Amino acid sequence: MTVRKNQAQLTADEKRRFVNALLALKRNGQYDSFVTTHNAFIMSDTDNGDRVGHRSPSFLPWHRRFLIQFEQALQSVDPSVALPYWDWTADRTTASSLWAADFLGGTGRARDGQVMDGPFAAASGGWAVNVRVDGRNFLRRALGSGGRQLPTKAEVDSVLAMSTYDAPPWNSSSDGFRNHLEGWRGVNLHNRVHVWVGGQMATGVSPNDPVFWLHHAFIDRLWSEWQRRHPDSPYLPAAGTPNVVDLRDTMRPWNDVTPADMLDHRPYYTYDTAA
Amino acid sequence: MSGITRRQALGVAAGAAAGLAAAGAAHAAVQPAEPRPQGATAAPGSFDEVYKGRRIQGGPTHDGGHGGGHHGGHGAGYTVRIDGEELHVMRNADGTWISVINHYEPRATPKALARAAVTELQGAALVPLALG
Repeated sequence: MTVRKNQAQLTADEKRRFVNALLALKRNGQYDSFVTTHNAFIMSDTDNGDRVGHRSPSFLPWHRRFLIQFEQALQSVDPSVALPYWDWTADRTTASSLWAADFLGGTGRARDGQVMDGPFAAASGGWAVNVRVDGRNFLRRALGSGGRQLPTKAEVDSVLAMSTYDAPPWNSSSDGFRNHLEGWRGVNLHNRVHVWVGGQMATGVSPNDPVFWLHHAFIDRLWSEWQRRHPDSPYLPAAGTPNVVDLRDTMRPWNDVTPADMLDHRPYYTYDTAA
Repeated sequence: MSGITRRQALGVAAGAAAGLAAAGAAHAAVQPAEPRPQGATAAPGSFDEVYKGRRIQGGPTHDGGHGGGHHGGHGAGYTVRIDGEELHVMRNADGTWISVINHYEPRATPKALARAAVTELQGAALVPLALG
Protein backbone atom coordinates (compact mmCIF):
# COMPACT_ATOMS: atom_id res chain seq x y z
CA MET A 1 0.00 0.00 0.00
CA THR A 2 1.29 3.43 -0.93
CA VAL A 3 1.88 5.70 2.06
CA ARG A 4 2.65 9.32 1.31
CA LYS A 5 4.99 10.79 3.90
CA ASN A 6 6.07 14.25 4.92
CA GLN A 7 9.28 14.90 3.01
CA ALA A 8 10.94 16.08 6.22
CA GLN A 9 10.53 12.59 7.70
CA LEU A 10 12.07 10.61 4.85
CA THR A 11 15.10 8.45 5.55
CA ALA A 12 18.27 8.83 3.51
CA ASP A 13 17.37 5.61 1.70
CA GLU A 14 13.85 6.84 0.88
CA LYS A 15 15.24 10.07 -0.52
CA ARG A 16 17.78 8.19 -2.61
CA ARG A 17 15.14 5.85 -4.04
CA PHE A 18 12.77 8.71 -4.85
CA VAL A 19 15.52 10.68 -6.59
CA ASN A 20 16.68 7.64 -8.54
CA ALA A 21 13.13 6.89 -9.71
CA LEU A 22 12.76 10.50 -10.91
CA LEU A 23 16.03 10.27 -12.82
CA ALA A 24 14.93 6.97 -14.38
CA LEU A 25 11.65 8.48 -15.62
CA LYS A 26 13.64 11.40 -16.99
CA ARG A 27 15.93 9.06 -18.88
CA ASN A 28 13.15 7.00 -20.43
CA GLY A 29 11.18 10.05 -21.55
CA GLN A 30 8.11 9.49 -19.40
CA TYR A 31 8.90 12.44 -17.17
CA ASP A 32 8.78 14.99 -19.96
CA SER A 33 5.42 13.72 -21.14
CA PHE A 34 3.97 14.78 -17.79
CA VAL A 35 5.45 18.26 -18.24
CA THR A 36 3.96 18.47 -21.73
CA THR A 37 0.52 17.44 -20.51
CA HIS A 38 0.55 19.95 -17.69
CA ASN A 39 1.56 22.84 -19.92
CA ALA A 40 -1.09 21.96 -22.49
CA PHE A 41 -3.75 22.28 -19.82
CA ILE A 42 -2.20 25.45 -18.36
CA MET A 43 -2.43 27.08 -21.78
CA SER A 44 -5.91 25.85 -22.65
CA ASP A 45 -7.78 26.20 -19.33
CA THR A 46 -9.49 29.59 -19.55
CA ASP A 47 -11.92 31.43 -17.30
CA ASN A 48 -14.53 31.80 -20.02
CA GLY A 49 -13.95 28.58 -21.94
CA ASP A 50 -13.31 24.91 -21.26
CA ARG A 51 -11.35 24.52 -18.04
CA VAL A 52 -10.29 21.24 -16.52
CA GLY A 53 -6.88 21.22 -14.86
CA HIS A 54 -6.81 24.72 -13.41
CA ARG A 55 -8.99 27.70 -12.44
CA SER A 56 -11.98 25.41 -12.10
CA PRO A 57 -13.60 23.01 -9.62
CA SER A 58 -11.73 20.06 -11.14
CA PHE A 59 -8.35 21.60 -10.23
CA LEU A 60 -8.24 19.27 -7.22
CA PRO A 61 -9.49 15.96 -8.70
CA TRP A 62 -7.51 16.62 -11.92
CA HIS A 63 -4.24 17.03 -10.02
CA ARG A 64 -5.08 14.06 -7.79
CA ARG A 65 -5.42 11.87 -10.88
CA PHE A 66 -2.31 13.42 -12.43
CA LEU A 67 -0.25 12.67 -9.31
CA ILE A 68 -1.58 9.11 -9.08
CA GLN A 69 -0.50 8.52 -12.66
CA PHE A 70 2.92 9.99 -11.94
CA GLU A 71 3.29 7.99 -8.73
CA GLN A 72 2.42 4.80 -10.60
CA ALA A 73 5.11 5.64 -13.16
CA LEU A 74 7.63 6.05 -10.32
CA GLN A 75 6.51 2.73 -8.87
CA SER A 76 7.06 1.02 -12.21
CA VAL A 77 10.72 1.88 -11.63
CA ASP A 78 10.82 1.23 -7.88
CA PRO A 79 7.68 -0.20 -6.21
CA SER A 80 8.82 1.07 -2.80
CA VAL A 81 8.53 4.73 -3.82
CA ALA A 82 5.60 6.97 -2.86
CA LEU A 83 5.20 10.68 -3.46
CA PRO A 84 6.26 12.70 -0.42
CA TYR A 85 4.53 15.95 0.43
CA TRP A 86 6.06 19.31 1.33
CA ASP A 87 4.29 21.10 4.17
CA TRP A 88 5.47 24.58 3.27
CA THR A 89 3.79 26.03 6.36
CA ALA A 90 6.33 24.13 8.46
CA ASP A 91 9.39 23.83 6.21
CA ARG A 92 9.33 27.39 5.03
CA THR A 93 12.93 28.51 4.60
CA THR A 94 15.72 27.82 2.13
CA ALA A 95 17.50 26.01 4.98
CA SER A 96 14.93 23.20 4.94
CA SER A 97 16.35 19.71 4.36
CA LEU A 98 14.12 19.62 1.28
CA TRP A 99 16.65 21.85 -0.48
CA ALA A 100 19.78 19.96 0.60
CA ALA A 101 22.15 18.46 -1.93
CA ASP A 102 21.04 14.91 -1.03
CA PHE A 103 17.45 15.65 -2.02
CA LEU A 104 16.22 18.40 -4.36
CA GLY A 105 19.22 20.75 -4.25
CA GLY A 106 18.99 24.43 -3.40
CA THR A 107 18.19 27.75 -4.97
CA GLY A 108 19.64 29.08 -8.21
CA ARG A 109 22.59 31.38 -8.59
CA ALA A 110 21.86 35.06 -9.20
CA ARG A 111 23.31 35.38 -12.67
CA ASP A 112 20.99 32.99 -14.49
CA GLY A 113 18.93 31.22 -11.83
CA GLN A 114 20.77 27.97 -12.39
CA VAL A 115 20.51 25.35 -9.63
CA MET A 116 24.12 24.37 -8.87
CA ASP A 117 23.82 21.46 -6.43
CA GLY A 118 21.85 18.29 -5.94
CA PRO A 119 20.84 15.54 -8.36
CA PHE A 120 18.88 17.87 -10.65
CA ALA A 121 21.63 20.44 -11.22
CA ALA A 122 22.66 20.79 -14.84
CA ALA A 123 26.19 19.64 -13.99
CA SER A 124 24.81 16.26 -12.90
CA GLY A 125 23.95 15.60 -16.52
CA GLY A 126 20.68 13.85 -15.79
CA TRP A 127 18.14 16.65 -15.79
CA ALA A 128 17.94 18.54 -19.07
CA VAL A 129 14.91 20.80 -19.28
CA ASN A 130 13.53 19.77 -22.66
CA VAL A 131 9.91 20.93 -22.47
CA ARG A 132 10.54 24.60 -21.98
CA VAL A 133 9.24 28.09 -22.59
CA ASP A 134 12.61 29.80 -22.93
CA GLY A 135 15.98 28.87 -24.33
CA ARG A 136 17.54 27.72 -21.08
CA ASN A 137 17.76 23.94 -20.66
CA PHE A 138 18.87 23.89 -17.00
CA LEU A 139 16.78 23.76 -13.86
CA ARG A 140 16.28 27.20 -12.33
CA ARG A 141 15.00 28.43 -8.98
CA ALA A 142 14.86 31.69 -7.03
CA LEU A 143 13.64 30.52 -3.63
CA GLY A 144 11.90 33.34 -1.77
CA SER A 145 13.18 35.98 -4.14
CA GLY A 146 12.07 39.53 -3.53
CA GLY A 147 11.41 38.71 0.13
CA ARG A 148 8.35 36.61 -0.66
CA GLN A 149 6.96 34.47 2.16
CA LEU A 150 5.37 31.06 2.00
CA PRO A 151 1.82 30.77 3.39
CA THR A 152 1.48 30.32 7.13
CA LYS A 153 -0.46 27.69 9.05
CA ALA A 154 -2.96 30.38 10.05
CA GLU A 155 -3.52 31.30 6.42
CA VAL A 156 -4.05 27.64 5.53
CA ASP A 157 -6.50 27.27 8.40
CA SER A 158 -8.47 30.29 7.19
CA VAL A 159 -8.96 28.57 3.84
CA LEU A 160 -9.72 25.15 5.34
CA ALA A 161 -12.50 26.86 7.32
CA MET A 162 -14.41 27.69 4.12
CA SER A 163 -17.34 25.30 4.01
CA THR A 164 -18.35 25.66 0.35
CA TYR A 165 -16.24 23.66 -2.10
CA ASP A 166 -16.58 26.02 -5.05
CA ALA A 167 -18.99 28.61 -6.41
CA PRO A 168 -20.19 30.17 -9.66
CA PRO A 169 -18.71 31.29 -11.97
CA TRP A 170 -16.46 28.27 -11.27
CA ASN A 171 -13.25 29.99 -12.32
CA SER A 172 -10.44 32.23 -11.05
CA SER A 173 -12.91 34.76 -9.68
CA SER A 174 -14.89 32.28 -7.57
CA ASP A 175 -15.41 32.40 -3.85
CA GLY A 176 -15.12 29.16 -1.89
CA PHE A 177 -12.50 26.66 -0.79
CA ARG A 178 -11.14 25.54 -4.17
CA ASN A 179 -10.25 28.98 -5.52
CA HIS A 180 -8.79 30.18 -2.23
CA LEU A 181 -6.66 27.04 -2.06
CA GLU A 182 -5.65 27.41 -5.70
CA GLY A 183 -4.82 31.03 -4.91
CA TRP A 184 -6.44 33.22 -7.54
CA ARG A 185 -8.35 34.89 -4.75
CA GLY A 186 -7.71 35.70 -1.10
CA VAL A 187 -4.59 34.88 0.93
CA ASN A 188 -3.25 32.77 -1.97
CA LEU A 189 -1.89 29.36 -1.11
CA HIS A 190 -1.06 27.13 -4.11
CA ASN A 191 -0.15 29.86 -6.61
CA ARG A 192 2.02 31.67 -4.11
CA VAL A 193 4.17 28.59 -3.51
CA HIS A 194 4.84 28.27 -7.25
CA VAL A 195 5.96 31.92 -7.27
CA TRP A 196 8.08 31.51 -4.11
CA VAL A 197 10.08 28.69 -5.71
CA GLY A 198 10.55 30.65 -8.94
CA GLY A 199 12.35 29.37 -12.02
CA GLN A 200 10.41 26.81 -14.02
CA MET A 201 8.01 26.39 -11.07
CA ALA A 202 6.62 29.85 -11.85
CA THR A 203 5.84 28.90 -15.45
CA GLY A 204 3.45 26.67 -17.32
CA VAL A 205 6.13 23.98 -17.43
CA SER A 206 6.35 23.89 -13.64
CA PRO A 207 6.60 20.05 -13.40
CA ASN A 208 10.16 20.43 -14.71
CA ASP A 209 11.07 20.99 -11.07
CA PRO A 210 10.57 17.81 -9.01
CA VAL A 211 9.26 19.94 -6.14
CA PHE A 212 6.09 20.32 -8.23
CA TRP A 213 5.00 16.85 -7.10
CA LEU A 214 5.75 17.49 -3.42
CA HIS A 215 3.87 20.79 -3.54
CA HIS A 216 0.84 19.25 -5.18
CA ALA A 217 0.91 16.24 -2.86
CA PHE A 218 0.50 18.72 0.00
CA ILE A 219 -2.28 20.60 -1.80
CA ASP A 220 -3.94 17.22 -2.30
CA ARG A 221 -3.55 16.47 1.39
CA LEU A 222 -5.19 19.80 2.25
CA TRP A 223 -8.19 18.76 0.16
CA SER A 224 -8.44 15.63 2.32
CA GLU A 225 -8.14 17.72 5.45
CA TRP A 226 -10.92 19.99 4.19
CA GLN A 227 -13.16 16.97 3.55
CA ARG A 228 -12.54 15.76 7.10
CA ARG A 229 -13.51 19.16 8.47
CA HIS A 230 -16.59 19.49 6.26
CA PRO A 231 -17.99 15.97 5.81
CA ASP A 232 -21.32 17.30 4.58
CA SER A 233 -19.88 19.63 1.92
CA PRO A 234 -19.95 18.02 -1.54
CA TYR A 235 -17.91 18.61 -4.67
CA LEU A 236 -19.61 21.28 -6.75
CA PRO A 237 -21.09 21.76 -9.30
CA ALA A 238 -23.28 18.68 -9.41
CA ALA A 239 -24.48 18.71 -13.01
CA GLY A 240 -25.23 20.64 -16.16
CA THR A 241 -22.51 23.32 -16.05
CA PRO A 242 -21.12 24.52 -19.39
CA ASN A 243 -17.30 24.42 -19.81
CA VAL A 244 -16.88 22.95 -16.32
CA VAL A 245 -16.37 19.37 -15.09
CA ASP A 246 -19.41 18.44 -13.01
CA LEU A 247 -19.27 15.74 -10.35
CA ARG A 248 -19.89 12.87 -12.77
CA ASP A 249 -18.37 14.29 -15.95
CA THR A 250 -15.22 12.66 -17.23
CA MET A 251 -12.00 14.63 -17.19
CA ARG A 252 -9.59 15.09 -20.06
CA PRO A 253 -7.03 13.75 -20.89
CA TRP A 254 -8.02 10.39 -19.38
CA ASN A 255 -11.72 10.52 -20.29
CA ASP A 256 -12.43 7.58 -18.00
CA VAL A 257 -12.30 9.24 -14.60
CA THR A 258 -14.68 11.71 -12.93
CA PRO A 259 -14.33 13.97 -9.90
CA ALA A 260 -16.64 11.52 -8.10
CA ASP A 261 -14.02 8.81 -8.65
CA MET A 262 -11.34 10.97 -7.03
CA LEU A 263 -13.12 12.13 -3.87
CA ASP A 264 -11.64 9.36 -1.73
CA HIS A 265 -7.85 8.94 -1.97
CA ARG A 266 -7.72 5.84 0.19
CA PRO A 267 -8.09 3.30 -2.64
CA TYR A 268 -4.85 4.72 -4.05
CA TYR A 269 -2.74 5.86 -1.08
CA THR A 270 -2.87 6.82 2.55
CA TYR A 271 -0.91 9.31 4.59
CA ASP A 272 1.72 8.90 7.27
CA THR A 273 -0.49 10.82 9.70
CA ALA A 274 -4.18 11.59 9.69
CA ALA A 275 -4.98 14.27 7.15
CA MET B 1 5.53 21.97 -25.75
CA SER B 2 5.27 19.29 -28.37
CA GLY B 3 1.74 18.18 -28.93
CA ILE B 4 0.40 21.71 -28.93
CA THR B 5 -0.08 23.11 -32.38
CA ARG B 6 0.34 26.77 -33.04
CA ARG B 7 -3.33 26.95 -33.87
CA GLN B 8 -4.26 25.47 -30.49
CA ALA B 9 -1.81 27.72 -28.69
CA LEU B 10 -2.95 30.89 -30.36
CA GLY B 11 -6.58 29.98 -30.63
CA VAL B 12 -7.65 33.25 -32.09
CA ALA B 13 -11.34 32.68 -31.93
CA ALA B 14 -14.21 34.68 -33.22
CA GLY B 15 -15.82 34.46 -29.81
CA ALA B 16 -12.80 35.67 -27.91
CA ALA B 17 -13.74 39.31 -28.06
CA ALA B 18 -17.22 38.67 -26.71
CA GLY B 19 -15.86 36.56 -23.86
CA LEU B 20 -13.32 39.22 -23.09
CA ALA B 21 -15.98 41.89 -22.86
CA ALA B 22 -18.06 39.75 -20.54
CA ALA B 23 -15.06 39.10 -18.32
CA GLY B 24 -14.23 42.76 -18.08
CA ALA B 25 -17.77 43.81 -17.38
CA ALA B 26 -18.21 41.29 -14.60
CA HIS B 27 -15.08 42.40 -12.80
CA ALA B 28 -14.76 46.06 -13.54
CA ALA B 29 -13.97 46.76 -9.90
CA VAL B 30 -10.40 45.55 -10.32
CA GLN B 31 -8.17 48.54 -10.83
CA PRO B 32 -5.15 47.92 -13.01
CA ALA B 33 -1.98 49.83 -12.22
CA GLU B 34 -2.08 51.37 -15.66
CA PRO B 35 -5.36 52.80 -16.91
CA ARG B 36 -6.99 51.12 -19.84
CA PRO B 37 -7.87 53.97 -22.17
CA GLN B 38 -10.79 52.13 -23.71
CA GLY B 39 -12.48 51.39 -20.41
CA ALA B 40 -12.73 48.28 -18.30
CA THR B 41 -14.76 46.29 -20.78
CA ALA B 42 -12.37 46.67 -23.69
CA ALA B 43 -9.03 45.14 -24.45
CA PRO B 44 -6.04 47.24 -23.41
CA GLY B 45 -4.42 49.37 -26.07
CA SER B 46 -1.23 48.60 -27.92
CA PHE B 47 2.31 49.16 -26.71
CA ASP B 48 5.72 48.96 -28.32
CA GLU B 49 8.87 49.73 -26.36
CA VAL B 50 12.36 48.54 -25.59
CA TYR B 51 12.60 47.22 -22.04
CA LYS B 52 15.92 46.06 -20.59
CA GLY B 53 17.23 45.78 -24.11
CA ARG B 54 14.35 43.68 -25.45
CA ARG B 55 11.63 44.87 -27.78
CA ILE B 56 8.23 44.19 -26.28
CA GLN B 57 5.04 44.71 -28.24
CA GLY B 58 1.41 44.12 -27.50
CA GLY B 59 -1.93 44.77 -29.06
CA PRO B 60 -5.38 43.47 -29.78
CA THR B 61 -5.37 40.51 -32.14
CA HIS B 62 -7.37 40.63 -35.31
CA ASP B 63 -8.10 37.23 -36.73
CA GLY B 64 -5.44 36.86 -39.35
CA GLY B 65 -6.63 33.54 -40.69
CA HIS B 66 -5.47 31.26 -37.89
CA GLY B 67 -8.67 29.33 -38.41
CA GLY B 68 -10.56 30.64 -35.43
CA GLY B 69 -13.18 28.82 -33.48
CA HIS B 70 -10.80 26.75 -31.37
CA HIS B 71 -12.06 26.76 -27.80
CA GLY B 72 -12.04 30.52 -27.52
CA GLY B 73 -10.01 32.28 -24.90
CA HIS B 74 -6.30 31.48 -24.79
CA GLY B 75 -4.77 34.80 -25.78
CA ALA B 76 -8.13 36.43 -25.25
CA GLY B 77 -7.79 38.44 -28.44
CA TYR B 78 -4.54 40.07 -27.44
CA THR B 79 -1.02 39.27 -28.58
CA VAL B 80 2.26 39.99 -26.81
CA ARG B 81 5.66 39.61 -28.47
CA ILE B 82 9.21 39.71 -27.11
CA ASP B 83 11.81 40.36 -29.81
CA GLY B 84 9.18 39.28 -32.28
CA GLU B 85 8.41 35.93 -30.69
CA GLU B 86 4.92 35.46 -29.31
CA LEU B 87 4.50 35.12 -25.55
CA HIS B 88 1.45 33.05 -24.64
CA VAL B 89 -0.78 35.26 -22.50
CA MET B 90 -4.16 34.85 -20.90
CA ARG B 91 -6.60 37.27 -19.34
CA ASN B 92 -8.12 36.38 -16.00
CA ALA B 93 -11.77 36.93 -15.17
CA ASP B 94 -10.89 39.91 -12.98
CA GLY B 95 -9.14 41.63 -15.88
CA THR B 96 -5.57 40.81 -14.79
CA TRP B 97 -3.10 38.98 -17.00
CA ILE B 98 -0.75 36.02 -16.84
CA SER B 99 1.72 34.51 -19.28
CA VAL B 100 3.27 31.11 -19.68
CA ILE B 101 6.45 32.63 -18.15
CA ASN B 102 4.70 34.10 -15.10
CA HIS B 103 1.76 31.81 -14.85
CA TYR B 104 0.90 32.02 -11.16
CA GLU B 105 1.32 35.74 -10.49
CA PRO B 106 -1.16 38.00 -12.30
CA ARG B 107 -0.11 41.42 -13.55
CA ALA B 108 -2.43 44.37 -14.10
CA THR B 109 -1.70 44.93 -17.78
CA PRO B 110 -0.15 43.12 -20.75
CA LYS B 111 2.73 45.59 -20.69
CA ALA B 112 3.49 44.83 -17.06
CA LEU B 113 3.28 41.15 -17.98
CA ALA B 114 5.71 41.56 -20.87
CA ARG B 115 8.14 43.45 -18.64
CA ALA B 116 7.92 40.73 -15.99
CA ALA B 117 8.68 38.12 -18.64
CA VAL B 118 11.74 40.07 -19.82
CA THR B 119 13.00 40.23 -16.24
CA GLU B 120 12.43 36.51 -15.78
CA LEU B 121 14.12 35.59 -19.05
CA GLN B 122 17.43 37.24 -18.01
CA GLY B 123 18.30 37.64 -21.67
CA ALA B 124 17.25 34.17 -22.77
CA ALA B 125 15.26 33.72 -25.96
CA LEU B 126 11.60 32.84 -25.81
CA VAL B 127 10.91 29.40 -27.25
CA PRO B 128 8.43 29.48 -30.13
CA LEU B 129 4.95 28.35 -29.14
CA ALA B 130 4.76 25.58 -31.72
CA LEU B 131 7.31 22.82 -31.37
CA GLY B 132 5.32 19.99 -32.85
